[in-house]
Amino acid sequence: MVLPVTGGADNESCLMRLLLPPIVIYALRRLLQAVPVIILIMIGTFLLLKLAPGDTVDALVGDMGGADAEFIARLRQEYGLDQPIYVQLWVYMTKLATFDFGWSFVYEQPVSTVLWDRLGTTLLLMATSLSLAFSIGIALGAIAARRAYSLTDNVISTLGLVFYATPSFFLSLMMMLLFSVKLGWLPVGGIKTIAGFYTGWDHVWDVALHLVMPTAALSLIYLSFYLRLMRASVMEVAELDYVRTARAKGASETRLMVHHIMRNALLPVITLLGLQFSTVLGGSVVVETIFTLPGLGSLAYQSVVQRDMNTLMGIIFLCSIIVVVVNFLTDLLYARLDSRIELT
Amino acid sequence: MSLTDTTLAPAEPSRAIVFWRRYRRNRAALFGLVIFTVVVLMALTAGIVAPGDPLSRAGAPLTKPFVDMATPLGTDQLGRDILAGIFYGARISLLVGVVATLVAIVIGVVIGALSGYFGGWVDDVLMRITEAFQTIPNFVLLLTLVAILGSKIEWITVAIGVVSWTAPARMVRAEFMSLRNREFVDAARNLGVSNTALIFKEILPNALPPIIVYASVVMALSILLESALAFLGLGDPNYASWGNMIGQGRAVLREDWYCAAIPGVAIVLTVLSFSLVGEGMNDALNPRQKQ
Repeated sequence: MVLPVTGGADNESCLMRLLLPPIVIYALRRLLQAVPVIILIMIGTFLLLKLAPGDTVDALVGDMGGADAEFIARLRQEYGLDQPIYVQLWVYMTKLATFDFGWSFVYEQPVSTVLWDRLGTTLLLMATSLSLAFSIGIALGAIAARRAYSLTDNVISTLGLVFYATPSFFLSLMMMLLFSVKLGWLPVGGIKTIAGFYTGWDHVWDVALHLVMPTAALSLIYLSFYLRLMRASVMEVAELDYVRTARAKGASETRLMVHHIMRNALLPVITLLGLQFSTVLGGSVVVETIFTLPGLGSLAYQSVVQRDMNTLMGIIFLCSIIVVVVNFLTDLLYARLDSRIELT
Repeated sequence: MSLTDTTLAPAEPSRAIVFWRRYRRNRAALFGLVIFTVVVLMALTAGIVAPGDPLSRAGAPLTKPFVDMATPLGTDQLGRDILAGIFYGARISLLVGVVATLVAIVIGVVIGALSGYFGGWVDDVLMRITEAFQTIPNFVLLLTLVAILGSKIEWITVAIGVVSWTAPARMVRAEFMSLRNREFVDAARNLGVSNTALIFKEILPNALPPIIVYASVVMALSILLESALAFLGLGDPNYASWGNMIGQGRAVLREDWYCAAIPGVAIVLTVLSFSLVGEGMNDALNPRQKQ
C-alpha cells in the first residue's frame, strides 16, 4: 500500500534530496512509518501475555513441581513481576527489541533459539507458495481477461471460484489421499526422509518432493485471489487510450500484453500480495501442522496446545517483523514499477 | 364514468424489485442463492431431520454411505451419523458466520467512520492500530485469543470477529473520506446537525451498500476460520462442526475417506454460495460496472 507521504521540514528534505537518491529517502520514510506499528504490536503482545492465565513464575514453579509461598514471592521480585505495569511493559519492549523473547518452559531453551530453528522451513514454504500462486495466478488471469466471456474464461473463472472456496486443510487431506495413499507418489509429511541422510542434490530433490503438497495446499486459495484481481485489472487497463494507440500502431497482441498492459495491470496485484502476506503466514499454521513440517506455523499450534505463551508471543512478534519487511519490499517494487509515484 | 381518460405512467417498480431483476440476470448468482437457501433450510430443520444429539452413536461404526437407510450418508469411527453432523454443522457454520461478521462489521464501521470522518490525528492513531492488526497473521492471533479465552463457541465467534474487522474498516474509511465533504453533508452540517447524527444518519446509509456486499466475503472467511480451528481440534467440543468432522475423518482417511470428504464438500459449497451471492449483489448494485 503506497500512502502519500507528506510533511517534514522543507529545508531538511532539500538537504536530504541533495545527498541521497530519491528512492533511498522514500525507503527511509517507509521504514519510519513502520515504527509506530511495531511499537503497537509490542504493546499488544504484552497485553495478551497479561491477559493469559498464569505468568512466568507460575510456569517456572509448575516446572519445578511446586514451591512455598515465600520462594514464589522472591521469584516474582526477581523477575520484576512486582513492578508497576508500565515498568514491566518497558522492560518487555526493550527485550523484544533485541529479539529476546524469554524462556520456553516446554522446549527448555530460549524462545529465540526455538524460533530460529523453525524459521527457515516457514520462509521456504512462503517463498514456494507465493511464487506459485503469483506466477500462475497472473498468467491465468491475463489469459482469462484476453478471452473474456469465452469458454476458456468461464473454465478459468469457475476454477478460481472453487479454489477460493476450498479450505486448505480439506485440500491437503484429499491430495494426501490421492498422491500418498492411493498412488504413493509423494511423501505424506515431514520436510525430509528421516533415515535418508541424503546430501547434495539428492537432499534438494528430497526436500522438494516433501514440499509439493504443502505448497499446492497453501497457494491455491491465493492463486484464485490473484487470478480474479489480474483478470479485472487487465480488462480495465486494456480499455485505456494508450493501449488503443499501441494497437493502432500495429503492435501484436502478445507484444501489447507483455510490453504495454502487464506492467500497469500488475500494480493492484502487487498491492494485494503485500497486504495478504500476513494471511498466508497465518495459513501456514494449518498446512504445516497437517504435513508435520517443522516451521513456525506448526510451532504456533503446538504452543497453543501446550500453553507455551512465551513462544506464542515470540511467533507473533517475529511473524509481524517478517510481514513488515515483506510489505516494505513490495512497496519498493511498486515504486519501481509505477514511475508515476512521487518518491519524495 | 364521465371522467376523461388520464393516461398515468405506470408506477416505478420498487427498489427491491429492480434489485431482484438485476440480480436474476446473473445465473451463477442464482445458483449461489439456491445453495445458500439449502444451507439455511438444513440449519433450520436439523432438529426435525435428525432429532437427538448429533454427537451420540447412531449405528455401527464406519457404515458406508447409502448402505443403511437410518444413516444415509454413513457413520464415522464412533458410529455418529454423518448426515446429522452435516445438518447440525450447518447451524454452527451459519451462526458463527453471521455473528462474527456482525462483530467485524460493527468494529470496522466504528473505526472506519471515526477515522474517515475526523481525519487528522484521530485517523493517524486509528490507522496505525488497523495496520498493527493487519500485520499480525490473523490465524495466529485467533489461536492466541482462543488459547487465552478458551474454546467456548461464544468466545470463538467473538475472536473471529476481532481478527476480521480491518478490511471493512478500511472500506468504510475510504467511503467516509469521499462522502464527508459532499453538498448534502455540508447542508446538514449548516443546519446544526451534530457529528454523531452526521456520521450515522447522513453518511453511513450512503456508505453501506459496498460494505454489505463485502460482508458476504467476511462471512465466507469467518466460516473458513471456524472450520480450520475445529479441524485442529481447538473448536468447541460440544457442537458438531464440519471442520471437526474433517479433522476426525483424517484418522480413517485411508479406507473411509468419505468421513472427511462429505463435510469438506459441504464447506466448499457453502463458501462458494457466499461468493456467488456477493458477486451477484455487487453486479446488481453497480449495474454499470459490468458489460
